[in-house]
Amino acid sequence: MGKIRETAKVISQEMLVKDIYSMWIETDIAKGSVPGQFISVYTKSEARLLPRPISICEIREDALRIVYRIAGAGTREFSTYKAGDSIDILGPLGNGFPVSEADNSRPVLIGGGIGIPPMLELAKQLKGDKTIVVGYRDADMFLDKELEKYGRLIIATDDGSVGTKGNVMDAMAKQDISGSVIYACGPAPMLRGVKAFSEEKGIEAYISMEERMACGVGACLGCVCRTKDTDDHSKVRNARVCKDGPVFKASDIDL
Amino acid sequence: METVDNKYDLSVNIAGVTFKNPVMEGSGTFGSGMEYSEFVDLNRLGAVVTKGVANVPWPGNPTPRVCEVYGGMLNAIGLQNPGIDTFIERDLEFLKNYDTRVIVNVCGKTVEDYLEVVERLSDEAVDMLEINVSCPNVKEGAIAFGQKADALYDITSRIKKTAKQPVIMKLSPNVTDITEMARAAEAAGADALSLINTITAMKIDINRRAFALANKTGGLSGPAIKPVAVRMVYQTAQAVKIPIIGMGGIANAEDALEFIMAGASAVAVGAMNFHDPYTTVRVIDGLRDYMEKNHVGDIKELIGCVK
Repeated sequence: MGKIRETAKVISQEMLVKDIYSMWIETDIAKGSVPGQFISVYTKSEARLLPRPISICEIREDALRIVYRIAGAGTREFSTYKAGDSIDILGPLGNGFPVSEADNSRPVLIGGGIGIPPMLELAKQLKGDKTIVVGYRDADMFLDKELEKYGRLIIATDDGSVGTKGNVMDAMAKQDISGSVIYACGPAPMLRGVKAFSEEKGIEAYISMEERMACGVGACLGCVCRTKDTDDHSKVRNARVCKDGPVFKASDIDL
Repeated sequence: METVDNKYDLSVNIAGVTFKNPVMEGSGTFGSGMEYSEFVDLNRLGAVVTKGVANVPWPGNPTPRVCEVYGGMLNAIGLQNPGIDTFIERDLEFLKNYDTRVIVNVCGKTVEDYLEVVERLSDEAVDMLEINVSCPNVKEGAIAFGQKADALYDITSRIKKTAKQPVIMKLSPNVTDITEMARAAEAAGADALSLINTITAMKIDINRRAFALANKTGGLSGPAIKPVAVRMVYQTAQAVKIPIIGMGGIANAEDALEFIMAGASAVAVGAMNFHDPYTTVRVIDGLRDYMEKNHVGDIKELIGCVK
């Protein structure tokens, strides 16, 4: 199914913890969406030109859920939307996680901070014996209660207030976590740790990359990441995060 | 489906090439149309202007390459492109499926680089060439040819000797007097001019205490630059006789009409494609609505009507 740009309707919105919001949107985009994809959300002001790329947290037949952090004026505007308000979105964008291809007998799902939301829909769709590792700054946790329904949940916090003190990789090491495949989304240092871990243990890892975007559809070449080999589209060692990704095999990316 | 509209003539002519309407998109904001063809019927556009292509693949600049500023954005992509071989095989092949004009934007580091691309395109299905001598984000070539009148004259005349298609020189706004550049290009035989490219700019991320872009500077585009662009199109239209393609922050038909009335024979939509992928077709529909409302039978009546 193709991409849709539409003025959709907000079904509900709530603040989960300070600066983290959850919004359900009624949209036709839901039909073609898979976990790990994202949508572009447009502000109502032409003075804010660029769409905000936000990952899909949950998918229903006719609705999508996004969970996002207020990072500036654009996402602050989104946080004021109420049930019934309109919201301009485009999607589904990107490739998503390879739910049907990998060995999903014992998947490990790793989310750091605002990289946690896409792990919820992924956890719901994966069938195997799941371990879900999440990292937060402090005890202001979100989506943890929902995630623990779908697998063994391991928590790390920067300040040590809950779970292992440190990041998700510290928690992985401490609990001696292993599995058949790794899916990860989070900040670049975390993804670097995941890549190193997967290479050391010989486990395939799929990582969701983040980069500053403009068009969101693969035309402007703003959001490239460095690939190990020459990319087929660019003919240089650059892949487009918005179109070729955001999910890549960790072994294909230079981090 | 677009029905034939005899009552309102939107067609324009630039250097002997007829365009069904004066609306195209700005190079670099639209790839070669592939990605946006999921939203926009490319057959409706006056032309597709491709992203700049060089003789060999270019990797472009490190990221972050883009950021938003009030009323616009900065970019420092650095003309990443797959090189002319892939471009001809893939991009030009794709564009053959559409009934629209094809303008290929050409970039290079040396005059010879430009000439190689121009020569390779001579037998291809390309209607016009747009020569990028104004990208502010690459260190060699490009901008160096666009900021000195004698260098611009030299590269224009050499390209004109090689080119089989009409040549558009894309001018930089980052000069003291754009009419001096326009006159140099015209004197060297340029068939048309396009302006403006982006304005060199900077944003600082106060939280990281760093430049927002890895390249430190980038090119400003979007509605924020429109009044500067309209002024430069007007000045250039007063200075030269060759046709002008106007661009800089066009978001709707009203913006496009300002450029046309200032002297542009055609217009290009750039950064606003990112805000709304349908901007080009909205501009086309809006131009027709304006003509109907104001009893303008031929859009050419409006070109340069404000003196």
